[in-house]
Amino acid sequence: MAMKKFGFAAALLAGTILAGHTAAWADGTVKVGVLQSLSGTMAISEVPLEDAELLAIDQLNAKGGVLGKKIVPIVEDGASDPSTFAQKATKLIEEDKVVTVFGGWTSASRKAMLPVFQKFDNLLWYPVQFEGNECSPNIMYSGAQPNQQALPALAWAESKGYKKYFLLGSDYVYPRTANLILKKHIAHDGMTLSGEEYVPLGGTDFSSVIAEIQQAKPDIIINTLNGDSNVSFFKQMAAAGLTPDKLPVMSFSIAEPEAKAMGPSLLAGSYTSWNYFQSLPGAANAAFVSAYKAKYGAGSVVDDPMVHGYEDVMIWADAVKKAGSFNPTKVRDAAVTLGFVESPLGKVKFADNQSMVQTAYIGKLQPDGQFKIIWSSPGPITPQPYDPLTFPGKSCTIPH
Amino acid sequence: MNESAFLLGQVFNGFSVASLFILAALGLALSFGLMRVINMAHGEMLMLGGYLAYMTLQVVPGPFGILAALPVAFLGAALLGAVLELTVIHRLSARPLDTLLATWGVSLVLQQAARNLFGAIGVEVTAPTWMDHTVSVNSGFLAGMDLPDTRIFILLIAALVLGALAALLNKTRLGLYVRAVNQDRATAAAMGVNARLIDLLVFSLGTGVAGMAGVILALLGPVTPTVGQSYIVPAFLVVILGGLGSLVGTTIASIIVGLFTALIEIFVDVSVAQVLLLVFVILFIQIRPQGIITVRTRALEG
Repeated sequence: MAMKKFGFAAALLAGTILAGHTAAWADGTVKVGVLQSLSGTMAISEVPLEDAELLAIDQLNAKGGVLGKKIVPIVEDGASDPSTFAQKATKLIEEDKVVTVFGGWTSASRKAMLPVFQKFDNLLWYPVQFEGNECSPNIMYSGAQPNQQALPALAWAESKGYKKYFLLGSDYVYPRTANLILKKHIAHDGMTLSGEEYVPLGGTDFSSVIAEIQQAKPDIIINTLNGDSNVSFFKQMAAAGLTPDKLPVMSFSIAEPEAKAMGPSLLAGSYTSWNYFQSLPGAANAAFVSAYKAKYGAGSVVDDPMVHGYEDVMIWADAVKKAGSFNPTKVRDAAVTLGFVESPLGKVKFADNQSMVQTAYIGKLQPDGQFKIIWSSPGPITPQPYDPLTFPGKSCTIPH
Repeated sequence: MNESAFLLGQVFNGFSVASLFILAALGLALSFGLMRVINMAHGEMLMLGGYLAYMTLQVVPGPFGILAALPVAFLGAALLGAVLELTVIHRLSARPLDTLLATWGVSLVLQQAARNLFGAIGVEVTAPTWMDHTVSVNSGFLAGMDLPDTRIFILLIAALVLGALAALLNKTRLGLYVRAVNQDRATAAAMGVNARLIDLLVFSLGTGVAGMAGVILALLGPVTPTVGQSYIVPAFLVVILGGLGSLVGTTIASIIVGLFTALIEIFVDVSVAQVLLLVFVILFIQIRPQGIITVRTRALEG
């Protein structure tokens, strides 16, 4: 009985607080979805990404929200499982009536959510580099397309005089497709492919792969391993005497947090290609990094997908303001006409194909766990969802 | 590198992989052989060993920290194993399916505990510098073959552990009791063997070995809350292939699995090799369901 009374009192209290809250926001609230893996194997990467998205929402609310409305994030856990992502996306749109969703990491999670967003004609902001080969009006692809990460990395390696390439990846859609594109370009540019190997996601034994590498004697390894496998790979390479200074490795899935977790000493000297590094100069980046550290601790580090998640929220707000509406169709039409904005990544904008125009950088890992930027593309690169060499005749046109 | 060096290098890699499987699977084989218990939390004993190695290295930095970590991890994991045996497994010993579920629960609890204590990202254990070298063959028909020190170290540890266990089981009075309980629990108990104590000791021994395996794995891979999960499936695989409960069988099965994957990986991808390995094990079990070595015991006949 006592519990019941307490429950009633709590409900009353909550009601009052809620009422008080809405009173402060004359035009009410608007709900957006934040859908990342908060549990399971991807939680390592996706929890910080969720943090960055929530930071952006906090900052917008502190400045008066959007169109006078307070933004209320509805956070759901995709649990590192594509079908859960699809189910939670449906829940967010149907039950919570969110106007848009920020989320996803693996291509499998994006592919699972795509039909949901198409069915309800809602809008997903996807923040992670991916393999391209996809074009939907219901997704804003802010992460790098292959021509903004993988191909610039290859161009850089070629300019350094590396001729023999060894491709190593986890066995799923991103590494397979990225390597398919890289192989076309390696052959097209007259370079040599000295080997190609795939290891199951989470694989821990690299003895045979390293033997293959020792036999193939490549000039550089292009590494699309994901997650923990990288730790095993670099440890076993070091044990075999193949440290990054003896055999360069260019990785596409190692950023600041991974470097911190794996121990920078193990990886020091290895290369990676991204559209953002924490060490980038610029006032926007400095402000972002210090705001993130203020909220989540001075020891925290930020990386490319986190900044994309943060910037997605900011650009969504700009697009809503320009459209004067939360309607997903109007928002995406407005988003591609915003033009360049200053962001922690530098100048970025969404192109007509709903992917982000952004600069590519090559970083070299320093012993302190930060990347030294050693190369950047001459300017922001226009995203190409379909690589013309690999998928000739296919193009991505989204009517606006 | 010439072909023969490459081939022999792969044979070495096969044994190296096998030695990891042996260390990871021995504990499972021991506890299943004696108690018919499938311990789903076995992988987390490896994980615990990895974290204990990390903590030992904080206290004993120097080059020999890793040697200090081995006994620490053994004792720590054995202690946790003893607690697990006393609180969960012993109480469910008559209900094997419930043990499966309960130990799986324990495994989830331990993973979350590691996540809360050390963070989801994992910790770093680096091989000491004296293990940084490789033994290289520079001339002759094996020119170009490189044997990393870490892998040689792991082979040695596996051989030592295996030797010590064999001696314990075959040469000591305790080993005699273990074998007696294994063959016929009721009769052994009637002859005055404290079967209950033997259960506890063997289970703790098994988890202790897994803890040591965790230290070894930390030299080659990550130490994360879920690291145990990546080794538990191959560990079950070699236990089943070897013949449930047989240490000799587990050893032979580990070597077969290690060599099979290493040699087949000359021709195919690592992920394809895994598929072929599973196909091989399924076919083998079809032809010989009892595994490589048949254990004669009343418990399995019943």
